[in-house]
Amino acid sequence: MGRYLIRRLVQAIPVLLGATFLIFCLVFALPGDPIQMLAGEKRADPNIAAILREQYHLNDPLYQQYLHYMGGVLTGDFGETYTGRAVADIMSERFPVTVQLALIAFAVEAVIGVAAGVSAALGRGKFLDNIVLISTLLLVSVPVFVLGSIAQLTLGVQWDLLPISYDENDPMSLLLPGIVLAAASMAYITRLTRTSMMETLRADYVRTAIAKGLSRRRVIVRHALRNALIPIVTFLGADLGALMGGAIITERLFNIPGVGGQLAQSVYLREQPVVIGIVTCLILIYIAANLIVDLLYAVLDPRIRYA
Amino acid sequence: MTIIDKTADVPAPREAGSDGVPLLEVRDLHVEFHTREGTARAVNGVNYSVSAGETLAVLGESGSGKSVTAQAIMGILDMPPATIPRGEILFHGEDMLKMSGEERRKIRGSRIAMIFQDALSSLNPVLSVGYQLGEMFRVHRALSRKEAKAKAIELMDRVKIPAAAARVGDYPHQFSGGMRQRIMIAMALALEPDLIIADEPTTALDVTVQAQVMELLADLQREFNMGLILITHDLGVVADVADKIAVMYAGRIVETAPVHELYKRPAHPYTRGLLDSIPRLDQKGQELYAIKGLPPNLTSTPPGCAFNPRCPKAQDICRTDIPQLFPVTERDGGELAGRGSACHFWKETIHG
Repeated sequence: MGRYLIRRLVQAIPVLLGATFLIFCLVFALPGDPIQMLAGEKRADPNIAAILREQYHLNDPLYQQYLHYMGGVLTGDFGETYTGRAVADIMSERFPVTVQLALIAFAVEAVIGVAAGVSAALGRGKFLDNIVLISTLLLVSVPVFVLGSIAQLTLGVQWDLLPISYDENDPMSLLLPGIVLAAASMAYITRLTRTSMMETLRADYVRTAIAKGLSRRRVIVRHALRNALIPIVTFLGADLGALMGGAIITERLFNIPGVGGQLAQSVYLREQPVVIGIVTCLILIYIAANLIVDLLYAVLDPRIRYA
Repeated sequence: MTIIDKTADVPAPREAGSDGVPLLEVRDLHVEFHTREGTARAVNGVNYSVSAGETLAVLGESGSGKSVTAQAIMGILDMPPATIPRGEILFHGEDMLKMSGEERRKIRGSRIAMIFQDALSSLNPVLSVGYQLGEMFRVHRALSRKEAKAKAIELMDRVKIPAAAARVGDYPHQFSGGMRQRIMIAMALALEPDLIIADEPTTALDVTVQAQVMELLADLQREFNMGLILITHDLGVVADVADKIAVMYAGRIVETAPVHELYKRPAHPYTRGLLDSIPRLDQKGQELYAIKGLPPNLTSTPPGCAFNPRCPKAQDICRTDIPQLFPVTERDGGELAGRGSACHFWKETIHG
């Protein structure tokens, strides 16, 4: 197990390098001049622009810029924006709220998704199952901005249950965006759980468990669900990364100062260091989430052993 | 008068099997599966009984209803789609089909246990064998985790798994096929049930291991004086261990007999066909006999005797009248205990 962990961490290095280099190339391939963007509508002063270009190594070839940047990252320095703000500052400001939002969404989709999927599988073809099938279909088909607006209008304004926009002093204000962000994934989890559970409920070992005279609850939770969880964990792990980086619309809708909004804004303003910094962090999160999933496999299924 | 009546009302305390009531008695059991293609009548009036210490072998092809009958006895049929429109399953004289779900759950595993065919798929892959064995004690006897583990090791020793204490934490895939089947047997034996149903316990094993596993099962059965229902399609397995045999075809029992009688003198053309299709060394080089055709589709069994389209002796009556299980006698009318045949021409088959 220890050796496996080390091997996986070593494997993460080329993934990280490759992904950051790719994003580096892409960001610099974008048309537009970041220094000119600083000046807005006016033409930038050529002298100042030249000084700034020199200061930010913009005249160097791309690979040199990359090496310079990665050298900084390895020592914990994510560089600074063209306005002189440390990228690390921006990220430490933006990431906590995004992580909170992602964790809320993750909890919602994991708990409600699995519970709904299991109950649908148990009552296969019955009323509840049909409700689950129809509502999940609806959730995956409706775009998030429609869903978010409807949720704000009904839950927030008409019934006044939850706050509709972010307030840093009110942790409850992240609940509604968390639910909206989770909705589509929750629907996938529900369907995945339903299918996986129906399959395991037909398995021979479940029949054995019933023949042993175990209670229904024990048969379902210990014998069927344990086995059904394996594909669900895979999806949840991959989704954790997506929740962290992909919440642009939800963040905009609920006025949350998170990573997604920052990323979109930085791409627009050609703030290359910010884009690369955030993406690098997101890659790290993906790698970590995947590693955790792989380690969880071994816990859930003893047939998988890492040597 | 009244005094006598009152005393007669009080039932005598009953010990298992001591009053002549068989351990398990199946009476006129019917099981149907309601599917989109129609109603499949998997079991059509099966009768059999098992006493303590006795082994009943239920023989038949795939789809003959032998496993469904067993699952109905265990109460592990999926209902729906299965229904039991008629019949009784008496365990110690009490009809289990009239019991509540909770009462039946308490019987399952502790008083009637079942051994399944494929131990690899029948054991949970993600739980250790020690856990799965110990679960019996934790659920039915409310033992602690630690006590249950000790019991699990004891059981593994009993079914002769080497180094039981070291292997109690291992998972099913880490055992060989024979060892896995031993674990299944240990699990069935855990609470020393009165009756064990073994559904093709050796089919998935190779021949040398088959013999070991059957021997183990027979030894343990003797030791605990359990009733055993052995479901199989392997006539070789049956001969050594069974006391009596019931042959099933299309959801009915077509012949019953004490084990050696059946091999010597089958009284049903189907049984004869089965016996003739066993490969024999003295017939080396000759073509092996096979019963023509396929077992009937259970949604539309042929009228009359279900075996008639495949039977070499079929006459007109076989296509119209369903034969009952006739008592089989000697040529001179002398009684043959425990023998019966559901064939209009049983006399010709056994004596002719």
